[in-house]
Amino acid sequence: MDRTQEIKSRLKDLCTSQKLAVVSTQSGGQPYASLVAFVASDDLRHIFFVTARTTRKFANLTREPRVAILINSSSNEESDFHEAVSITVAGIAEEINDPERQDILKLYLSKHPYLDDFAKSPSCALIQVTARSYYMVQNFQNVMELHLDR
Amino acid sequence: MNWVVSAENIIDADRSRVGGKGYALALLAKGGFAVSKTLCVTSETYQEYVSRTGLRERILLELNRKAFKDMRWEEIWDCATRIRNMFLRKPMPPEISAELKEAISAAFEGKAVVVRSSSPEEDAAASSFAGLHESYVNIRGTDAILEHISKVWASLWSDAALLYRQEIGLDVRKSAMAVVIQEIVIGDKSGVAFSKNPNDASQGVIESVYGLNQGLVDGAVEPDRWILDRREKKIISHTPAERKYWIITGESGVQLDALPEHLTHLPPLDAGEACHVFDLALAAEDYFKSPQDVEWTFRKKDLVVLQSRPITTLSTQKNDDSRSWYLSLHRSFENLKLLRQKIENELIPAMISTADQLARQELTGLSDRDLAAEINRRWEINQKWTNIYWEEFIPYAHGVRLFGQIYNDAMHPEDPYEFVDLLTRSQMASLERNQMLADLANRIRNDPSLAKALSAGQTEDLDRQFSEAVDRFVEKFGDLTCAVTGGTQCEQDSDSLYKILLEMAAQPSPDADRKQSKDKDALQEKFLSSFEGQQKKKAIELLDLARSSYQLRDDDNIYLGRIEAQLLAAVRAARQRIADYHQRQTDKEIDPELIQVVENLDHRPEFQPSYEQKPGGGFVMQARQLVGQPAGPGLAKGPARVILHTAELAEFKHGEILICDAVDPNMTFVVPLAAGVVERRGGMLIHGAIIAREYGLPCVTGIPDVTKLIRNGDEVTVDGYLGIVTIGSSDL
Repeated sequence: MDRTQEIKSRLKDLCTSQKLAVVSTQSGGQPYASLVAFVASDDLRHIFFVTARTTRKFANLTREPRVAILINSSSNEESDFHEAVSITVAGIAEEINDPERQDILKLYLSKHPYLDDFAKSPSCALIQVTARSYYMVQNFQNVMELHLDR
Repeated sequence: MNWVVSAENIIDADRSRVGGKGYALALLAKGGFAVSKTLCVTSETYQEYVSRTGLRERILLELNRKAFKDMRWEEIWDCATRIRNMFLRKPMPPEISAELKEAISAAFEGKAVVVRSSSPEEDAAASSFAGLHESYVNIRGTDAILEHISKVWASLWSDAALLYRQEIGLDVRKSAMAVVIQEIVIGDKSGVAFSKNPNDASQGVIESVYGLNQGLVDGAVEPDRWILDRREKKIISHTPAERKYWIITGESGVQLDALPEHLTHLPPLDAGEACHVFDLALAAEDYFKSPQDVEWTFRKKDLVVLQSRPITTLSTQKNDDSRSWYLSLHRSFENLKLLRQKIENELIPAMISTADQLARQELTGLSDRDLAAEINRRWEINQKWTNIYWEEFIPYAHGVRLFGQIYNDAMHPEDPYEFVDLLTRSQMASLERNQMLADLANRIRNDPSLAKALSAGQTEDLDRQFSEAVDRFVEKFGDLTCAVTGGTQCEQDSDSLYKILLEMAAQPSPDADRKQSKDKDALQEKFLSSFEGQQKKKAIELLDLARSSYQLRDDDNIYLGRIEAQLLAAVRAARQRIADYHQRQTDKEIDPELIQVVENLDHRPEFQPSYEQKPGGGFVMQARQLVGQPAGPGLAKGPARVILHTAELAEFKHGEILICDAVDPNMTFVVPLAAGVVERRGGMLIHGAIIAREYGLPCVTGIPDVTKLIRNGDEVTVDGYLGIVTIGSSDL
C-alpha cells in the first residue's frame, strides 16, 4: 500500500471508530468549539453532523462557513501521548436539505441510532462539511497532510 | 505497601514480584544452602516509581518516536541513553525512598553489597536474560545503594535488553524489574557450575577464576574448566586457562588487575574443591528438580552460593545466540584500550602508507594487462580495508558510548549528550579539510578579479599563489570530484571545487571560533572532580580514549576514502585508454582483459526514487511535521536541498538545509554552507550529527524516507532541540 492510501485508511479507521468530534466555528474572530456526533462519507470528502438551529455553532457557521473539526482516539489515559491518533479537518460547512437529506440522515442514524428523535426534529439542521484538508497527528508529533482537489 | 521483602519472608505467591533470581535465592536459603543476607526490592516498587514520576509514559513516548523496526541499533542506543538519564535524574518519591532506606540500613549497616537485577519477565519467559540487565558489585552506603537500584531499573531499557525483548516478543509495556540486594561475599576464587553439561547429559561442567565472578561472567577473565562425570562424581578432564587477570574489589566497585605471579601457575581449584563445587551443583539440581547453572564463590574454605538458575541453553539455543550478539556490541574498557593501540599504532599508519604507496605508483607506463592486474590488486586492497573498517573501527566507536555512560552516571546532566562537548574540537581530518577550503574561499573573497575569472570559467591562468594553494588541497584531499560525482564515473576536474569555493566566498567570512569552547575546561574539571584516586585515573584514561574514538569516527572514512580514490584513479586511467581507442580508432588493440575488469567494477550508484507524490484518488499527500532524533541543538529555517546523488552537492547554496539519506564524511565539506542538517539515517554519533555539532548547526537524524517526503526548495524548519522537521509555512 502506498503512503497516501495508508494514511487514508488510518483516517477512515478513526472516522469509523470515533463517535464524537469537536467542531470549531467562529464569530467575529472569536473561535468557538463544540462537541458533536458525526459520520464521515465513505470517500472521506464529507463529514456530517446534526445540530439544533438555536445553537451558537449553527449561528456561527451560517455566517462563516469555514470550520475545523477535530477527531481523535484519546481515552483520557497517560498512554494517549504515544498511542492516540488525532486528525484535524479543515473545510466548508453548509446545511443539507431534502431530497439529499434523507439518504444522509439514514447514514447518520445507522451510526447513531440513539439520536433518531433528535436528528429528525424540525428544529435540527443536518450539516455537511466538505473537507479541504486533513491533518493527521500520531506518535505525539508526527504530522502528515492530505489535501483534496476542489 | 511493602516495597521491600527479606529473602526469608518470601513465599510462593511472591515469585512474580521478586523475579526469578530473588525467588531462587529465597528457596536456596530455605533449603539450607549457604547464601548471604538478601533483600528484594519488588517489581511493584518499580511500577510505583515509574507511575508517580511520570516516567512510564515518558519512556513509551521515547520508544514510540518511530516504529521500532525502523530504528537502527545506534538509534536504539540513543533511546536507551535518554531513558537511562531519566532514571538517573528522577529521584525516588520520599515515601518509597524512606522505606527502602530504613530496610537497607537495618539489613546492611556499614556493609558493602551487590545490587542485582531480578527480572520477572526472565522467569516467566523461561529464557535467559543473563548479561542484559545490570548488576553492581561492592556498593556501600544507603544513598549509593539507592542510586544503583535506579541504575538496575534503567537497565531494563538498555539497548541490548530492548532488542532482545523485541526479538523474543515480550511486550515492553508490561516490563518491570525487581532488584536483589545481597551482602557481598569477597571470595578468593569463584565460578559457575553446570550440574549437567548442555552438550553431554552424562557430564557436568565447572568454570573457575581467581577473585570475583564478574570477570568470568562478562568474559574479561579466561576460566579454568573442568568436565566431571555425573554418576561417578569424578573429574574427567581439566583445561587450564592462561591465567593473567583477576577481578577484585576496589574502593568502590570492582577492577581488573594482573593476577599475582604466584597464582598464575596454580589452578584456582584443587581436585577436592572442584568435587565440592560439583556436589553443590548436584544438590541444587536435586533441590530445584532441574539441571542448574550455579554461581558460587569460596571465601577461604566456605563455599557460598551466589545464585542458581535453570539451564536454559539447551531449550533456547537460538535466543542465546542473538543475545550474545547484542552483547558484543558493547566492548569493555580493557578491550577498547587494546583496540586503540592496534588502530593507532598499526592500522591508521598502514592505511596512510598504503594510500601513499598507491598514489606514487605510475599508471601510464603499465601495459593493459598490468593495468588490469593493478585494478584488481587495488580492488582487493580497498576491500581488505573496508572489512577492517567494519571489524575494528566500527566497534571502536563504542569508546564514545562507554564514556557517555560513565559521564552521565557521574554528572546526571540535563542533556544526555552533554558529554559530546568534551570530545569535540579535536583535530578531525574533515575539519582540517574544511579549514583549508575556508582559507581558499577567503582568498577569492578578498580578490575580486580572481572571483571574476573563476565565475567566468577562466581557470587557465589563475593567480599563482591561489593555484598552488589549490594544488596543495587537491594533493591532500583530492579535488572533491569523486566525492561530488561519486562512483567510478568521476572525471578529474576542479570545476566542482571552484563552484563550492565561489559559493563560500560569496558569504561573509565566518567567525573563526564557531563554538564557545571556554566552558569545556570547566566541564572537564567538574567531571573529573567527581572521582577520586584510582577511579580518577581511570576517568582520565577513559576521556582520552573517548576523544580518540570520537575523532576516528570521521577520520577512518577520510583515510578509507583516500584508498578508494586510488582504486578509482586506476579505473579512470583504464577508461581513458578505452575511450582513446574508440575515438582514435588506432591500430593498438585494447587487451580484452582490461575491458572486462573495468566492466566488472562498473557498479553504478544505487538508484534512489525521488520525492514521493502519487495521486491517491483526488488526495494529495504532504508531510507537515516529521519526527526524528534530536542530534544537534538549535533552530534553523531555510530552503531544502535534497541530496540524492553526491553530484548534486556542487549546487549547494549557503543557507540551505541539507537533506540526505546519510552524510558521508567525504561529503561534509558542504556542511559549513548549510543552515541545518537532516538525515534519514539515525543516531546522535553519526557523521552528520558529529560535523553539525562541530559547526553548531541544528541537526535532526533518523527520519524514515526523508528524501522522499521533502522536495528541493521546500521551506523547512529544523528543530534540533526536539528532533522535529516542519515543512512549509503555517498557513492552512
